[in-house]
Amino acid sequence: MFKVVAIVAGLGLALAGSVEAQTPRKGGTIRMTAPYGSSFTSLDIHTTQRAQDEIYAKALHRSLYIWDSAEGKPVPELAREAVVSGGGLVYTFKLRDDAYFHNGRKMTADDVIWSYNRIMDGAKAYPGARYVRVIEGAAAVEKGQAKEISGLKKIDDFTIEMKLTEKVDPGFYFFTALTSIYPADEAAKESFIQKPIGLGPFKFVEHVPGSRIVLERWDRFYKPGKPYADKVIVSVMGEAAARDVAFRNKEIDTSVLGPAQYVAYQSDADLKGTIVEVAEVFTRYMGMNTSFKPFADKRVRQAINYAIDTDLIINKLVKGKAYRATSWLPLTSPLYDKTMKPYPFDPAKAKQLLADAGYPNGFEFEWTTSQNESWGLPIVTAVIPMLDKVGIKAKVKQVETAVLAEVVRTGDYQAFIYSQQTGPDPQAALKCFHSATPQSACNYMNFKNADFDKLMDAAGQADDVAKRGQLLQKANALLYDEAPVWFFNYNKAVMAVQPWLKGVQLNATELTHQSVEDLWVDETSPAK
Amino acid sequence: MLSFLIRRLLQTIPTVLAVVLLVFVLFSVVPGSIVSTMSDDSDPQVELRMKKQLGLDQPVYMRFGAYVARLATGDLGASFRTREPVTTMIAKRAWPTLQLIFASMAFAVLLGVPLGFIAALRPGSLVDTVSMVLAVSGLSLAKFWLGLLLMYLFALKLGWLPSFGYGDGGLKYLILPAVTLGVSPMALLARTTRAAVLEIMTADFVRTARSKGMSETRVVKWHVMRNALVLILTTMGLQFGALMGQAVVVEKLFSWPGIGSLLVDSVLQRDIPAVQGSILVVVLFFLAINLLIDVLYGVIDPRIRYA
Repeated sequence: MFKVVAIVAGLGLALAGSVEAQTPRKGGTIRMTAPYGSSFTSLDIHTTQRAQDEIYAKALHRSLYIWDSAEGKPVPELAREAVVSGGGLVYTFKLRDDAYFHNGRKMTADDVIWSYNRIMDGAKAYPGARYVRVIEGAAAVEKGQAKEISGLKKIDDFTIEMKLTEKVDPGFYFFTALTSIYPADEAAKESFIQKPIGLGPFKFVEHVPGSRIVLERWDRFYKPGKPYADKVIVSVMGEAAARDVAFRNKEIDTSVLGPAQYVAYQSDADLKGTIVEVAEVFTRYMGMNTSFKPFADKRVRQAINYAIDTDLIINKLVKGKAYRATSWLPLTSPLYDKTMKPYPFDPAKAKQLLADAGYPNGFEFEWTTSQNESWGLPIVTAVIPMLDKVGIKAKVKQVETAVLAEVVRTGDYQAFIYSQQTGPDPQAALKCFHSATPQSACNYMNFKNADFDKLMDAAGQADDVAKRGQLLQKANALLYDEAPVWFFNYNKAVMAVQPWLKGVQLNATELTHQSVEDLWVDETSPAK
Repeated sequence: MLSFLIRRLLQTIPTVLAVVLLVFVLFSVVPGSIVSTMSDDSDPQVELRMKKQLGLDQPVYMRFGAYVARLATGDLGASFRTREPVTTMIAKRAWPTLQLIFASMAFAVLLGVPLGFIAALRPGSLVDTVSMVLAVSGLSLAKFWLGLLLMYLFALKLGWLPSFGYGDGGLKYLILPAVTLGVSPMALLARTTRAAVLEIMTADFVRTARSKGMSETRVVKWHVMRNALVLILTTMGLQFGALMGQAVVVEKLFSWPGIGSLLVDSVLQRDIPAVQGSILVVVLFFLAINLLIDVLYGVIDPRIRYA
């Protein structure tokens, strides 16, 4: 499925295709960029959920699983294999016995258990807790009711048993850097935050805060012959225009492109071939608060979907750097239903639905937004006149992104516009709409629907993967009809890649997160 | 002199306390908290534990009291986000910031002051007109745009300098950000110098010096320049403070590892100890520079007394 989508999406496939035809070159320096802010948050990757930080963490750390971009699913990494028992709730992991931390010590089961217990320290609110919580007894540690996760047992130095609270694929829970395995003895020291030690293909050399992180090849990395490069430099470059100059000047090997640059690069013969793009697992939407009377009526929510010319906004304002959303699950989700069609632009139907719902003259609501160029104020400003044409008046309330995060979790809004991770695990993405999911978790619209709950519960109990998939697709279709949100778009991530950098993966979870051991530079790279 | 210094140092205490109080109160009332930025998905019970751990469950006045008590011992606290001591975070960024600020000011002084002098010595001439047009342009240019323009010209087109980064902290990495930051104070110094020199040139003591047969060079060197320096120094002192504020844009544009970008990121993430620490350092730097300039007044013009 992912491959099909990548063909549709990927101008970068030509680049990917050429990779396979060449023999990777050893040596050289890979110069990546971190485009999402003016610094890295922390060298302790357990403490930060920013995409920015995982860019370097993919080189420095490793987790039980890793995302396989080609297959579009998580695959075992530090775990060699998993044996499932206990009705799909118990996983016995055989760990690698050839994984060495950057201080030369071999990883054992104790490190895995120590790391997960650390992540569940509720007083620290590590963001990875949302994943580790799926292990039985983890929530008790988080709440301070237990010292250790009861569902995690060491069988021997390289075997652990993990008891889950529900039938899920643990791969989706333990592949991000938020659940990286730390060396138990070293990570407890104060010095760890200054000089982190991991299991990744590159070891830490230097961090210049606000500027760069430098890493060098770890010779004892467990994948034979990898990594290829000698060194990785990740430069913090939050300004798109500065990245553009640096990329054209061949000072960096990768640069994330925004909508305006996407258009410019496409129309530049020299740069067009550098573009790599993929549909990321993020859905952009306007969430509607069902406790606000008009939005309690499904017809009103549907009317909003009919009233907005979404294609026009994607083409003109987002410059085509997005895929039209047809429901909640994104294009690269394994359960994306390509037979589903988006709500058509039909103001007349919108008016009719509003009249049927008792709002023939429309109504007024407050729309909370951040300034984000792809899913914030510019979009809201473009939508307001469209809603106005069917009688709906929207007042803008602008807040910072940090404030918006709080607003959506507390329900202190009538409507908001947001970008939410809706993958790669379709079950976890849809579970956000289950009535048992608190608003503070991810049920931001406080959605409650008995039929939806039944479908999700049945999917959670299903042992048959195909049946589970069918149930989840039904739940996704139900969401489309219930329209708790205006289904805006799925993000199209676009990155420019220099021709000498090979092995770039079309990672749908976040394009900038590259398995660096698979990257290599040919002899034309200006970096030595 | 010593009593002057002690008095001035004592005067900084209420200023620092006022700033600390203002920042503390401001970040206690603005919406958004570190807890909400940590995770998209956390249990309210866990959030309460975290707030307790960070001391955010305490009333503002108690938190403020504890903060001031720690501050008195030189402890700026630990970052909410990274758990690192704020002093360590600031220390890592202090040298690059100082490099940038002083290089910008050096550029501004070395170019702006002579430009202002030359313009004032030939008022109404082509040199004067061109200098002042440049000065006004320098004041009007947006730093972001100017920085990009310099990157484009000197990195992309001419290939003389790197377009971004700190590198090894060497001069070639410093030039573009320093010039970008220094253009505005350079322009201001040029205008200030011109105005000061023009005014002094018509002063009685200058006329007297000339009537006594002193050469024009000596008049300018001994009378005009020394008197103009007082105003130039005042402008420089004020501009140091402005540079600290404006450095934020330049640091971000050039990926320069200064305190400005730390401050911006900390504000966005509601990392209150890091915000307070960064602002405090900026304020202390500003006060120190202005104290130094007050001392220099007396060196340049002995008529200025410290009593």
